[in-house]
Amino acid sequence: MAFRTEPITVNFGPQHPSTHGVFRMRVTFDGEVIVDMEPVFGYLHRGSEKLAEERTYTQVITLTDRLDYVASMSNNLAYVLAVEKLCGINPPERAQYIRVIMAELVRIASHLMGLGFLLNDLGAFATPLMYMFREREKIMDLFEMVCGARITFSYMRIGGVAEDLPPEFYPAMTRFLKEMPGYIDEYEALLRENEILLARTKNVGILQPDKAINGSVSGPNLRGSGVPWDLRRADPYEIYDRFEFDLPLGKVGDTYDRFLVRLEEMRQSVRILNQAMEQIPKGPVRASVPMLVRPPIGDAYAHVEAPKGELGFYVVSDNSIAPYRCKIRSPSFINLTVLRDMVLGWKLADMIVIFGSLDVNMGEVDR
Amino acid sequence: MYGIGIAKGMLVTIKHLFRRTFTVQYPEERLKVYPRYRGQEFVWYEERCTGCATCAKYCPLGIIKIVTHPVGNPAEGFDYYVDVFDIEIARCMFCGLCVEACPYDALFMGTHYEMASYTRQKLVINVDQLKKAKKQPSAFMRPHLLDVKYEEDTSLTPERAGRMWQGRWAGGEKPAPQAPKTEE
Ligand code: SF4
Ligand code: SF4
Repeated sequence: MAFRTEPITVNFGPQHPSTHGVFRMRVTFDGEVIVDMEPVFGYLHRGSEKLAEERTYTQVITLTDRLDYVASMSNNLAYVLAVEKLCGINPPERAQYIRVIMAELVRIASHLMGLGFLLNDLGAFATPLMYMFREREKIMDLFEMVCGARITFSYMRIGGVAEDLPPEFYPAMTRFLKEMPGYIDEYEALLRENEILLARTKNVGILQPDKAINGSVSGPNLRGSGVPWDLRRADPYEIYDRFEFDLPLGKVGDTYDRFLVRLEEMRQSVRILNQAMEQIPKGPVRASVPMLVRPPIGDAYAHVEAPKGELGFYVVSDNSIAPYRCKIRSPSFINLTVLRDMVLGWKLADMIVIFGSLDVNMGEVDR
Repeated sequence: MYGIGIAKGMLVTIKHLFRRTFTVQYPEERLKVYPRYRGQEFVWYEERCTGCATCAKYCPLGIIKIVTHPVGNPAEGFDYYVDVFDIEIARCMFCGLCVEACPYDALFMGTHYEMASYTRQKLVINVDQLKKAKKQPSAFMRPHLLDVKYEEDTSLTPERAGRMWQGRWAGGEKPAPQAPKTEE
């Protein structure tokens, strides 16, 4: 005798460990299969854009730290680039190199964390995460040497960076660059061919390239679908046109491809870092810019390839000491828009993995 | 064949059994912070502070409260005595902008990191605490302090801590106060 069954709606989150922050998914299940999913966010809304309107241009740098808090350096970078564009300031060359070094270091740190938590969600509980945190810790140490903080750096300034690299940075960085490729190989040996991982991620949560483009997805998620788009290549900001690196691309666009793209991107970051440390010139690290800048009336948009995707700042100035408007185009928020299409038809356990593979950061989604 | 991938991963894990541990047992073992560490216990030198309140103005959160009163002869120009210098540490995010803004090298980030407290009231540092505190400033934005090594209870003198008014402390002439580097 057949029972009559009805779909059931479940609230997943907002305080669930695998939602990577405070994120709620209202999921309708038919048995274990997802028939509908509605993302609900806003729990971490702090009004950064509004707060920016009543702070001076320099003070806003501290707000940008709190967007994507695992990759604050690239947030700093995107914001100062926008203001520099607005005022027409050219930072010294050494400052540009330091910024690139910091942005790439933070990309490695963010990918380590993204991969670690993805594997954690997959059931590889804590072991790979701890291995990855060990390397992240070394990067955090480098940041502490440079700017004195480990998460909220506030390191970049309009017209350069706050301070030059300290002497103890160079040996530590050399050691890190020597060790890191070995560790990346280790992560690969740990899980790349693991049968359980393959069964859970291969062909799961496929993001078609056309859907990814239509959804404005950017970053490793887009490249995982095989679209060769990277702002470091497509619109080289700073000095990225001086470095050689490859764009790792996925073939199918499934969770496994996104996993591999991130893994490979860390290698490419190490490559960029090696070149940058070789080329870095001597000189000043800060153009002479007053702490209270007053840009001319106008607007500017600057974007960078943050670890999560295209991070853009649109700053409007009315010639006062605070921005008239500061719009943040955050990659995580826009990458989330395709989540519904990706999880429909999959089971509950797959939803967690697909969400984890998007590597969103709630601090950035809600701003 | 099924299981080879898992075995490979296991091999990596087994290798880790023979590696040196990376973590430390915190309360017994402590890691040294780097010279630029932006930590708690703001270090403030009464002798160097002019009460200009630039630091308060640059704090993105506005958590520094300064009250001064003029002392001295109006004809020679006032000095200002700092009555209140409250830093509401509970809201501070240790961004260091106040330290960067201070034009007279009077305010420094500290090098301490154990900042827990039982009440919120204790999380406001007032001027008496600042005066009495052990002075172990961090080298953040003060590159001349990069090579200073602190012992358990050393305190840095105001002469050593500053880099601009060397002449004044050496008994020389008082140089003209330098205006903060702002546009206005
Ligand atoms: S460190 Fe930052 S938040 Fe704290 S008092 Fe100084 S300027 Fe304000
Ligand atoms: S900016 Fe420096 S000199 Fe001015 S009030 Fe603050 S601590 Fe004192």
